Amino acid sequence: MTVADMVKITSGKILLGEEHQDLEISSAFCSDLMSDVLAFVNEETVLITGLMNPHVIRTSEMLDLKCILFVRGKQPSQEILEAAEEMGMVVLSTGHSAFTTCGLLYAAGLRGIAIRTQEAQ
Amino acid sequence: MEGLIHEEYYVNKGDYVTAGSASADMKRKLRQLGVSALILRRLAVASYEVELNLVIHSLGGKLIFDVDSEGVTLISEDRGPGIPDIEMAMKEGFSTANDEARSLGFGAGMGLPNMKRNADEFDIQSKVGVGTTITMRFLLK
Repeated sequence: MTVADMVKITSGKILLGEEHQDLEISSAFCSDLMSDVLAFVNEETVLITGLMNPHVIRTSEMLDLKCILFVRGKQPSQEILEAAEEMGMVVLSTGHSAFTTCGLLYAAGLRGIAIRTQEAQ
Repeated sequence: MEGLIHEEYYVNKGDYVTAGSASADMKRKLRQLGVSALILRRLAVASYEVELNLVIHSLGGKLIFDVDSEGVTLISEDRGPGIPDIEMAMKEGFSTANDEARSLGFGAGMGLPNMKRNADEFDIQSKVGVGTTITMRFLLK
């Protein structure tokens, strides 16, 4: 699905990167733990999170993530938006909870990334 | 082989605001050298993890990057306090991070295992009261 589809499905809005509405999103990862984002995300994906600090952007920068969806109606600070803009990221926001957001996107066909754990290795 | 790039970054204990800036800077430099996106991502993730560890756990230390024609060596050296049980620290989910680190979304006990997973070579030496040295090697091909 595209960024524009995600916005429509989650009744969200585009805070940054309006020009990238056609960007294709192939998978998703939802977490407020950046430790887990760093450990599990190994492909291009949308990051769905309710965590609101500059390390969300920095974590995304390290992983080359292009799209972040903030849940629970939170408004990222100017500092966060500026950092994201510098990275050329798309930043979205929805008033839904993380659970509902993921449910809506899953029902519309978006899938999670594959998880590798230490035990499975 | 003479090194292409040698960079050292000092990282202070508790400096949560700038944590990751050394890794971000190094990532940009390596991208300019033409390092592939996949290797760049692995290196950046491991570097960010070890930089965060210096901020969260150490008394302060430094990151040393050495780039040669075949790869990148990343060394993290700190001034203590040292890790009493390295085997335990290497387990996913084991963490001694404080509330400040956790409030920023870190301290889930994924850092060291994630470094090991992303690096081609990984070595950790630690002595309580002295410090910890982590050496990682990333091959460019």
